[in-house]
Amino acid sequence: MSNIADISADILIVGGGIVGATLGITLSRAGLKVTLADRLAREADTAKNYDGRASAIANGSVNILKGIGVWPDLEANASPIWDIRVADGHPLRGISPLFLHYDHSDVGKSPFGYIIENRSIREALRAVASDCKTLKLVQSANVVSVQRGPFGVIAETESGIRLSASLLIAADGRGSQIRNEAGIKTRTKMYDQKSIVCNIRHERDHAGTAVELFLPGGPFAMLPMTEHRCNVVWTERIDLVDHYMALPEDRFLKELSQRFGGWLGKIDLVSQRHVYPLGMLHAERYTSQRLALVGDAAHAIHPIAGQGLNLGLRDVAALAELIVDTARVGGDVGSNNVLARYERWRRFDNFVLIAVTDSLNRLFSNDIGPLRLSRDMGLALVDKLPLVKKFLMRHAMGQVGKLPRLVRGDAL
Amino acid sequence: MTKEILSQFDRTIDAGEIDKFAAMAEEWWDEDGKFKPLHRLNPVRITFLRDHIAAHFSRDPVDIAPLSGLNVLDIGCGGGLIAEPLTRLGANVTGLDASERNIEVARLHANKMGLEIEYKAAAASDLVRCGCKFDVVVNLEVIEHVADVDEFMKDCTSLIKPNGLMILATLNRTAQSYALAIIGAEYLLRWLPRGTHNWRKFIRPSELAGLCRKNALDLAKLCGFRYNPFTSSWSLEERDVAVNYIAVIKR
Ligand SMILES: Cc1cc2nc3c(=O)[nH]c(=O)nc-3n(C[C@H](O)[C@H](O)[C@H](O)COP(=O)(O)OP(=O)(O)OC[C@H]3O[C@@H](n4cnc5c(N)ncnc54)[C@H](O)[C@@H]3O)c2cc1C
Repeated sequence: MSNIADISADILIVGGGIVGATLGITLSRAGLKVTLADRLAREADTAKNYDGRASAIANGSVNILKGIGVWPDLEANASPIWDIRVADGHPLRGISPLFLHYDHSDVGKSPFGYIIENRSIREALRAVASDCKTLKLVQSANVVSVQRGPFGVIAETESGIRLSASLLIAADGRGSQIRNEAGIKTRTKMYDQKSIVCNIRHERDHAGTAVELFLPGGPFAMLPMTEHRCNVVWTERIDLVDHYMALPEDRFLKELSQRFGGWLGKIDLVSQRHVYPLGMLHAERYTSQRLALVGDAAHAIHPIAGQGLNLGLRDVAALAELIVDTARVGGDVGSNNVLARYERWRRFDNFVLIAVTDSLNRLFSNDIGPLRLSRDMGLALVDKLPLVKKFLMRHAMGQVGKLPRLVRGDAL
Repeated sequence: MTKEILSQFDRTIDAGEIDKFAAMAEEWWDEDGKFKPLHRLNPVRITFLRDHIAAHFSRDPVDIAPLSGLNVLDIGCGGGLIAEPLTRLGANVTGLDASERNIEVARLHANKMGLEIEYKAAAASDLVRCGCKFDVVVNLEVIEHVADVDEFMKDCTSLIKPNGLMILATLNRTAQSYALAIIGAEYLLRWLPRGTHNWRKFIRPSELAGLCRKNALDLAKLCGFRYNPFTSSWSLEERDVAVNYIAVIKR
C-alpha cells in the first residue's frame, strides 16, 4: 500500500448524509481529525427537491444533536410531537373506533420527539460542519476504491484524490459500495410497497399530534410539522403507486383527504410528491479490518415506526464514544478492539428493531378480516396495559438498552 | 523478554532479520495474543499517566492532545506500547530499551503507524552522559530488573528537569507477589518467563520512599493496580499496593 495521500486524517467517513455528517461533527468536536467525503456536489443535498422526507427524531437523537451543538440551528424547524395516535383504518370504511393513544404525559413532561424536514437537518449539519476546525468536508468526491491494511486505509476518489486514515467509516447509505466491496454480506428483503412522501398545509392546528393509520396497502402517517403543515408518508402497494403519483393534484388531494379524515380541515399540497422504494437490509457484520459501517449502510428498515435514522444516530453515538475513549488514552482508533466492541454494542439492538418493524408491517399491511379484528383488539389491549405501552413508547423514544453517553444527554 | 536484558546488549542486527522483527512486532501488538494482559492494563496505565502528567503541567486531561510539547522519556519501552499512546497524546517521546531487537521492533511499528518517536537502544546512564533532560520520565516495571538500584535511581533523577515528574511502576515484595511469582500468573504481566522473575529484587514502597529521599525527590502519590482474572481487566486501587503499584514522583 502506498503511503502517499493528498489528505490524511485520523478518521475517514465516506458518505456525508445525515448519519455521516453527524458522526463527523461529533468526532471533530472531540478534537479528532476527520475527512468527510461525499460524492454529491456542494449544496446538492440541501436543494429543495433532493429529499422530501421529514424524520421523526426521537429524544435520544435530540440529545445527540444537542450534545454536539447542532440543535440551536435546528430548533426553529423542529415540531414537537405531543401525541401519537395509532389506528386501524380503511379508506372507505373510515378509522376503526379502537384506538391506541399515546400521550406524552404517560412517560414524562417532554414531547415524544420532533418532526424535522431532512433538508433542515442537512442544512444545520452543513452550517456546523463548516465551523469544525478539524473536519474537512470534501464534496464531489465519489470514492471508487479502498485499500485497507493492518495499519490504515487509503481511499481514492473518481477524480484521483487519495484520502488516508487510521479508520474508515462507511456511511454511504443502503447501497453501500464500501460494504459490498469489503465482502460483507447482507440479509435483504424488498417490500412490495413504496412510500409516497409529500407535505400538506392544513386549515386546523394539528396540536402536535402524529397519526398513523394502518391501511390495507400499508401505514399512512401524518407527521406534524411547523407552519400548519404535515409530512405525509403514504405507504402503498407497489402496483398502485404509479397510479396515485400520476393523478392530477386535485384528485391526489381528494385521495389524501379520504385517508386523513376531516380533522385538519381543508388541505393543500405544498411540495412535490416523492416516491421511496422500501427495503429491509441488515449487514451480517458491522466491521472488518479498519472499517466500520454506520447508518443505512449497516441497516435499513421499514419506515412504519420512523426509526431508521434514529438507529443510525445511535450507531454514531456508540461508535463515537468508543473512538473518543480510545483516543483519550492515546490508543489506535482503528484497532480490532474498538471495532469488536462497536459491533457487539450495536448489532443486536438493531437486529431487534429490524425484526419488530418487519413483523409490524406484516401484521398491519393487509386486509384480512380476522387479522384486522385481532389487530384492533391488540391495539386496544396495549392501550389498556400501561406497562407494555410504556415499554413500547420508551423504545420508540430511544431509551432502551445500554445507552451511549450522548444519547443519555451526557457530555461525550 | 525485555528487561532481563537491560544490561546485555545485542548489536547483531542485519537487514535479513527485519522480517523477524516484523513478526515480533505483530506479536507485541496483537491485542489478543501473548501480551493481552498488557494491552488490557495499558488503558488503565495511560489514564493514570495522562491524568497525573496533565495535572502537574496544568493541562486538561480530556483534551485530544493534553501532553503536547512535553518531552517524555520512556525507559524500558519494549515494543512501544506506552511510547505510542503518549505520542498520540501529544508528547515528544524518546523510547529507551537495552534490547536492540525491541528498539528495532518499536521503530518498525511506529513507522507503520505514522508516529514520530525517537527510539534508542541504550541505558539510562548513556543519556545521563549526554546531559539530556526531560519534563517527564516514565519508568514502568524496570527498576526491579536493574543490577544497581541506587545507581539507576540516581541516573533517572538527573534525567528529570527541575520541576519535572517521574512516574514509576514496579512490584512490591510481599507474600502475595511471591506466590504469584512462583506460579507466574498473568497478574505479573506475562512478558516475564515463569519462575525466572527474581522476587528478591522487588521493591517495597518504603524502600522506594527511601530512594526518593536520597535523591531529594518528592514521592507524591502511590497507587495499586488490581487484576481481575475473571474479567481479565485491571483497575486502579488507591490502597492496595500488595503486588503491582505505581508512583508519582516530583523533582
Ligand atoms: C419514506 C421513508 C421515511 C422515513 N422516515 C424516517 C423517520 O421518520 N425517522 C427515521 O428515523 N428514519 C426515517 N427513515 C429512514 C432514514 O431516512 C434513513 O435511515 C437515513 O436517511 C439514512 O441516512 P444515512 O446517512 O445512513 O444514509 P443516506 O442518507 O443514504 O446517505 C448516504 C450518503 O452517502 C453518499 N455516498 C454514497 N456512496 C458514496 C461514495 N461511493 N462516495 C462518496 N459518497 C457516497 C451519498 O451521496 C449520500 O449523501 C425513512 C426512510 C424512508 C424511505
